[in-house]
Amino acid sequence: MHRYLPHTADDIAAMLERCHAESLESLYSDVPEELRLKGGYDLPGPLSEPELERYFKKEIGSANKPLVCFAGAGMYYHYCPAAVSSLMSRSEFLTAYTPYQPEISQGTLQYIFEYQSMMCELTGMDVSNASMYDGATATAEAVVMAVNASKKRRRVLVSATLAPAVAQVIATYASGAHITLEVIAEDKGVTSRKDFEEMICAGDVAAVVVASPNYYGILEDYEGYADICHEHKALFIVNSHATTLSVLRSPGELGADIACGEAQSLGMPMNYGGPGLGYLCCKRALMRKLPGRIVGATKDALGRRSFVLTLQAREQHIRRQKATSNICSNQGIMTLHAAIYMSLMGADGLARVNRLSAEAAHALADRMLSTGKVVLKYPDRPYLNEFAIETVAPVTADSMLKALADNGILGGVRLTENSVLVAATEMCTPEDIDHYITVLNSL
Amino acid sequence: MNKELYSPLIFELSREGRSGYSLPEYHYSDKPFELPAQFRRGDKPDLPQVDEPTVVRHYTNSSGNNFGVDSGFYPLGSCTMKYNPKVNEAMVGAANVADLHPAQPYDTVQGALRIYRTLEKALSEIGGMAEFTLNPFAGAHGEYTGLMVIRAYHQSRADEARKRVLVPDSAHGTNPASAAMAGFEIVEIKSLADGTVDVEDLKSKLDETVAALMMTNPNTMGMFEKNIPEIAAAVHAAGALMYYDGANLNPMLGVARPGDMGFDVMHINLHKTFSTPHGGGGPGAGPVGVRAGLEKFLPNPRVVESADGSLRVEDGEFAFGRVSAWLGNFTVLVKALAYILTMGPKYLAEVGPLSTLNANYIMNSLNDLYLQPIAGPCKHEFVFDGLKDKSGGVTTLNVAKALLDYGFHAPTIYFPLLFHESLMIEPTETESRQTLDAFIDVMRKIAEEAKSDPDKIKGAPYTTPISHPDEDEAALTPLLTYRDLKK
Amino acid sequence: MEIYYLPTHEYIKVDGNIGYIGVSEYAASQLGAVTYVDMPEEGDELEAGEEFGAIESRKAASDLYSPVSGEVLEVNEELADDPKLVNNAPLDAWIVKVKIADSAELEGLMNQEAYDKYLTTL
Repeated sequence: MHRYLPHTADDIAAMLERCHAESLESLYSDVPEELRLKGGYDLPGPLSEPELERYFKKEIGSANKPLVCFAGAGMYYHYCPAAVSSLMSRSEFLTAYTPYQPEISQGTLQYIFEYQSMMCELTGMDVSNASMYDGATATAEAVVMAVNASKKRRRVLVSATLAPAVAQVIATYASGAHITLEVIAEDKGVTSRKDFEEMICAGDVAAVVVASPNYYGILEDYEGYADICHEHKALFIVNSHATTLSVLRSPGELGADIACGEAQSLGMPMNYGGPGLGYLCCKRALMRKLPGRIVGATKDALGRRSFVLTLQAREQHIRRQKATSNICSNQGIMTLHAAIYMSLMGADGLARVNRLSAEAAHALADRMLSTGKVVLKYPDRPYLNEFAIETVAPVTADSMLKALADNGILGGVRLTENSVLVAATEMCTPEDIDHYITVLNSL
Repeated sequence: MNKELYSPLIFELSREGRSGYSLPEYHYSDKPFELPAQFRRGDKPDLPQVDEPTVVRHYTNSSGNNFGVDSGFYPLGSCTMKYNPKVNEAMVGAANVADLHPAQPYDTVQGALRIYRTLEKALSEIGGMAEFTLNPFAGAHGEYTGLMVIRAYHQSRADEARKRVLVPDSAHGTNPASAAMAGFEIVEIKSLADGTVDVEDLKSKLDETVAALMMTNPNTMGMFEKNIPEIAAAVHAAGALMYYDGANLNPMLGVARPGDMGFDVMHINLHKTFSTPHGGGGPGAGPVGVRAGLEKFLPNPRVVESADGSLRVEDGEFAFGRVSAWLGNFTVLVKALAYILTMGPKYLAEVGPLSTLNANYIMNSLNDLYLQPIAGPCKHEFVFDGLKDKSGGVTTLNVAKALLDYGFHAPTIYFPLLFHESLMIEPTETESRQTLDAFIDVMRKIAEEAKSDPDKIKGAPYTTPISHPDEDEAALTPLLTYRDLKK
Repeated sequence: MEIYYLPTHEYIKVDGNIGYIGVSEYAASQLGAVTYVDMPEEGDELEAGEEFGAIESRKAASDLYSPVSGEVLEVNEELADDPKLVNNAPLDAWIVKVKIADSAELEGLMNQEAYDKYLTTL
């Protein structure tokens, strides 16, 4: 007997009798003999719980060595309050399916509604869906959505300052959707405005995609972009890391039509890359083009406030190949994480996370420069909590990152052989920064 | 619990000046950071201001309005709502991955990469495939990924005319939607009266424009497609590939492997067959496997093994592209591996037959009162076309809602579309005979009351936090945020 | 005004070279409560037999096909505010007003009698 399988031999015998079946085998008489699995699976196990724990602790856990994190590139090390993980582990939330039965899913539906409301506050948009997989797929879906909304236009302009992984996912989705992507060149770390204006004037542009902050951590000035987009009937899409939106000009304030990106920075553990949370928000006019689940408020027969999945005519289970997207399962419970995190932090807490992160990053950058081992890759460009440096020979990106890793520090993300992207958050202590600088000085 | 006090929206519990966070006040330098004015937000986002105890009570109350697998029987067809083992959750902690940044040097993340590689190999063995990518985030994302592999394969042979994907009319909506996103035209294949694919219709639609056939096996009616060898041969003879939608893999565990059935590409829903929690809609994982010869088309990034046995991450030259920023929903992978190791080959092989036994047991215990449109035996799930005696006017929707009052989740309803009153039931192997008997008793009671007191059933549910929400109004006048509510 | 139908249940009421396109009473009754009508824009060119929009109810969506080719002169803005008009009076709740490019296309459509007969076959 296995602890997950409750069937006793008596149960099986009695149940087979009810089914008029002689054996479990006979329930598979329609599976041709030549297709049958012969000799069982070649797999390890079964392991008892103590053995399983030993395997994960000894063989796996001990072979993972978390470093003091100064890396970002789309994934940031922020604090996760204990109350978040405690509430998220409630199995009434965790073991539920998509809330198809609203009568017994008000818990899930209400937190999604709260999440949608909070994301609209952060982004300055009117409508949010119940999540996409990650920031990259959210941005790719934003592009597909914009092209669908434009009906006939197929060109989409993407700034070269988007994170490469995001750009690659957009390119992948575009290839399936027969969308023509064109890259707006980078000019000293920011989107070339001249290029943008020339390219959009050539016509047939469905959407323009930019990042704020961009891949290099730079705060770009997108004043006027939305107006130019709208003059040419193109939609303006802004990609951001969610946490930064609490202090930076919101996509709404920038005049964006769609806001999208990664929300992992809302205190989600890095977990070697996932699960994070893709968010996708838009203006009300685009509501029916938005992919994914959406929760709406209504009343029940007794007039009680109720939440339900709504606008489902957009979705795959109804529209099949004409749906706005194929997305079904999304990041579900990570929206609960985001909602609890934002409830606890409030606007002030988020502002403080940003201030601490920015102060740590600026202090680190100043001190790195003073070692003489590195220079800023884009001097004079404003940034929040992430910046790119260039190493000064003989130091290279590899030698710098190796020396830091040997001292337990993840010094950043390698950009090229002589440049590194460095990030800081409220999790970096002043001592961590001292340590970083000591190692850098030793090179 | 005090529903009145803590159940309103968290926004409505907000009071100016309260807060629920705790952050250090580090002094990093004497130079305060000043955000340049042109980048500064005009107004603060209107997020709730709440203390920690209020947040905890709010969400704890709210969890009481939910139903999960841990709450009770969840016979949702095609969703494989099996027990989510607690030790799986604990192993995420034991694996020491929480604070790993995905850009860490490979020598510091060998444990994480070992999880990826070990799970990849286990799924290859279970699927009968050569190799898997674990990057896709969900089942539909896996379908998309698999179809892009198929596209890349045809393109690599300069076989550009293959623009169409065949999909049975009983397929999940994600199949045609994923094919459309991958740039294919969709052609529907008819089903026969027994719910299986009409092989003649299929053959008539096979030609040099077809890229692939997408199928689940067993299909959404819970019927094994016994003509699968003939189907695979015909599809391959036409130069197209076979795609296996792993949504219904559970009953095949221990019985047959998709690779041996002739499938070339497949996805697996780890949140179905491999016991990871659904989380109210995610995160899941939709790993994609391919037969030998197609590995090189799998998406970037890839986990690869060096000669010394160490693992690293790199991009492949022939990958069709990229579907994720990093290596997918990593913690979900940890949980699925924990499950596979816990079950081992011996107990994994019992999963399929026991899930099938449970489904047949319910079907045979209810088919005198509910209309069974397709003769059995079924596999892991089956469909009733509503009540046998419909004279009281009680619909499948009414039956589903009535179940809620008895502490059971409803089955999947009005899918598949082949029947008007579809009621699709999937018990899994983790349900005991006592649970199934209790469910059967309730289903029989509902069927009797549908005759004796139909209005009572039509008015259900009576005991849930809400009843009969006005979904038409929700769609007609969408109120999607707290701001909308305040207007 | 003469009225013609497509097998997909769209009608066109014809007034000279102007046509009013909507969905038949049968279609309206099959849809359930309409919650949204996705309409083209003024100035769009419709093509006979091609999709030009969709009607959504809570849990269903039907594409709209144009009976004729021609330019959209007007879309029925009332439907944006009150999509239920499609249920209440489908023959009055036209969706788009078009300038019929080629009256010969009408010959390929069903007239009222033919459509009524067609409905009995469904």
